Amino acid sequence: MNHIISIEDLVFEYEREEKLEPIKALDNVNIKIKKGSFIAIIGSNGSGKSTLAKNINALLLPSSGAVYVKGFNTTDETKLWEIRQTAGMVFQNPDNQLVSSIVEDDVAFGPENLGVEPAEIRKRVDNSLCAVNMYEERKKAPHLLSGGQKQRIAIAGVIAMKPECIILDEPTAMLDPHGRYEVMEIIERLHNEGITVILITHFMEETTRAERVIIMDAGKVAIDGAPAAVFANAKKIKELGLDVPFIVEIAERLRNRGIDIPKNIISIEEMVDYIACKFK
Amino acid sequence: MIRDITLGQYYPGDSWFHRLDARIKIIWTFIYIVSLFLIRDFWGYITVLITLGLIIGISKVPLSFILKGLKPIFFIIIFTFVINMFMTKGTSLIEIGFLTITKEGIRNAFFMGTRLVLLIIGSSLLTLITKPIQLTDGIEKLLSPLQKFGLPSHELAMMMTIALRFIPTLMEETDKIMKAQMARGADFESGNIMRRAKSLIPLLVPLFISAFRIAQDLAMAMEARCYRGGSHRTRMHGMKMKKRDAAAILLMILYVTLIITQAQGILSFLMMSLIQSA
Amino acid sequence: MQIQVKNLNHIYSEGMPYESVSLKDVSFEIEKGEFVGVIGHTGSGKSTLIQHLNGLLKPKSGSILIDGIDITSGEVKMSDIRRRIGLVFQYPEYQLFEETIYKDVAFGPLNLGLTQEETDRRVKTAIKLVGLDYEEIDRRSPFELSGGQKRRVAIAGVIAMEPEILILDEPTAGLDPKSHADILQMIQIIHSARNTTIIIVSHNMDDIARLTNKILVLDKGKLAMAGTPAEVFSQADYLESLGLGLPLSAYLMNELRKRRIPVSEGILNIDEAEEELYSILKTY
Repeated sequence: MNHIISIEDLVFEYEREEKLEPIKALDNVNIKIKKGSFIAIIGSNGSGKSTLAKNINALLLPSSGAVYVKGFNTTDETKLWEIRQTAGMVFQNPDNQLVSSIVEDDVAFGPENLGVEPAEIRKRVDNSLCAVNMYEERKKAPHLLSGGQKQRIAIAGVIAMKPECIILDEPTAMLDPHGRYEVMEIIERLHNEGITVILITHFMEETTRAERVIIMDAGKVAIDGAPAAVFANAKKIKELGLDVPFIVEIAERLRNRGIDIPKNIISIEEMVDYIACKFK
Repeated sequence: MIRDITLGQYYPGDSWFHRLDARIKIIWTFIYIVSLFLIRDFWGYITVLITLGLIIGISKVPLSFILKGLKPIFFIIIFTFVINMFMTKGTSLIEIGFLTITKEGIRNAFFMGTRLVLLIIGSSLLTLITKPIQLTDGIEKLLSPLQKFGLPSHELAMMMTIALRFIPTLMEETDKIMKAQMARGADFESGNIMRRAKSLIPLLVPLFISAFRIAQDLAMAMEARCYRGGSHRTRMHGMKMKKRDAAAILLMILYVTLIITQAQGILSFLMMSLIQSA
Repeated sequence: MQIQVKNLNHIYSEGMPYESVSLKDVSFEIEKGEFVGVIGHTGSGKSTLIQHLNGLLKPKSGSILIDGIDITSGEVKMSDIRRRIGLVFQYPEYQLFEETIYKDVAFGPLNLGLTQEETDRRVKTAIKLVGLDYEEIDRRSPFELSGGQKRRVAIAGVIAMEPEILILDEPTAGLDPKSHADILQMIQIIHSARNTTIIIVSHNMDDIARLTNKILVLDKGKLAMAGTPAEVFSQADYLESLGLGLPLSAYLMNELRKRRIPVSEGILNIDEAEEELYSILKTY
């Protein structure tokens, strides 16, 4: 089975008070995600990207259509815990997702809920904390840590459940640049280790690291493809109230002035390499 | 300020007392609190003070840190002191108008004030030297026999864990909102009680909204991490009695004996036991 | 000289086990109408500094003169300070509390003891200034609005006090690109409408480079650097050692320079970067 996640004709409506029409947050979404891939989902506020994430984790269930995680339908209650263990989730606010006042106990929370043996939990907690470079801080209280550190603890808490896929819902939105960098490093490392990563963000620069970019607008998939192909639609992206990465913008401007810059250059590193190569 | 409250805070350390089984520390604290209401004389207080001093000394929690925790309740202590001083009948010492200070009053005021201080210090010490998680685990274990009678011991412990986790977060939030409203000219300090109560609205409304937002986020995050109540759950830290825990039980018995036999003979009792053991 | 900070010192939690120096001998000056950026790593003392400027924190030593008056002395009335210096905290939408947007924005002006008439006028102006439609929203609840709109209302609540100096702590944190751009544009409008002095704390070096004419760099409670964006961002290595980055354009130029490609100094925005790359690449 190649697709770890398969979203088919997903519609999700938020119920409102009587007499008011329900709000359609997701409107006929179709996405198939390959095992081990790194996907960035972007979209302005209210585009439905968070709702989509919660549907993958069975925190929300489809109004119509279906979501399959590892082949299990999210509406199948007998598979609920397996689904949540397979597709772990990290949320935006680093403060509001940590349960315990001791770092290592928080990381243990997931495995404890899964009924893992104590000795095995200990092993997993230590490994997960090492994986996010937070082993030294294992005895500390979360409120004394920086935002980036807290977010890494949250990631460790998910890794300790041995998921195959991690969904991160704007994990860097509340962090400073340093924290953002730390978290992105970890995300990339997880991807290299074979974990499927779904990164929801509105920092365009972060999307250049992904293998596939999906742009959401008004509950629909607006653009879907490899980063370079997606960012070729700069005009459309801007119309959706989003930016394009810095290099995409500058390359586009240079192209308009007759300088032929390859379309696959989207990050600063690639641009520097390109210019350095030309200069030789 | 609001950060000064040490009740409920944990002071990281690795002392003998830090490593003690939480259940023993909880029982000890419980006995300690009861003992405060049993002691009646000077020697009793000395016993309590020495015990407390030893625990503080060994656990290496700075005294200044503990005393700072008294600051928020300073007013209550003074209030208790004054009430006791004027309200106790007995041999009068000084008369100021209709107020009389009696010998018994001063004695009572002193003891009641000290008792309150010791009560706060003792109970904050429990949380200072016990990891919150162990504390709640301990409570859960101690209460688990009552589960048969319908007491939701796991849920209670989980609630406490979360409360402990979010006390600092909510305090920070309070501090931030307070400052933000002060920057908009809010005045939390002057005026009569009615005015002051009203002036709290700009603080309380945002704080409640924050608390609900946190609760909502947290509930979702817990669900995403497969939380489904106490059943199926294992724990990383098992609770097993160790040698030091047995020693602590012995010390606890010694403490109880000392308190019960407090009275006048405390010194002779100590001397006796020393001679006997020699 | 509108703001003169001299040898400001502050210690957090003095006497506690985790006491820490949060400001150490900070001195700087700001002229009326300047647009100042404050940058620094988290925990460098930025928030502490701006809370001092508004009288919310008292320094251990040193002075803060606003138009020659020392606001750290006990004789100055707090309400006088807050009338002149507005402070918008991070995530200001979390401080909204009233039933209607009108009432929430009027909270500050009424606290200043202004008349109902004057308050009305200011609320109206402030809501318009932040780009919202007064007639449409004045009676609505602030909690019905979207995230970006809530933030505008919260900022209006401070603007309605008509401060001469407006301080904003990361005003765009957590917003999507569109709201981010809108809030910054709004701040520029406020700046030019009344020649209000603006002090903005931000982690976004591109915004700082584009908007400000002076930057204060804080590191571990000390003022590490102060100068124009061009001056500050020419010190790439030093900034990096403080855990700070560069605007993307400056970063790109710096990376090119590392590869021995001769590019000009002082490039801070995308237009300049475009010109520079154009002149390099057109010959090849």
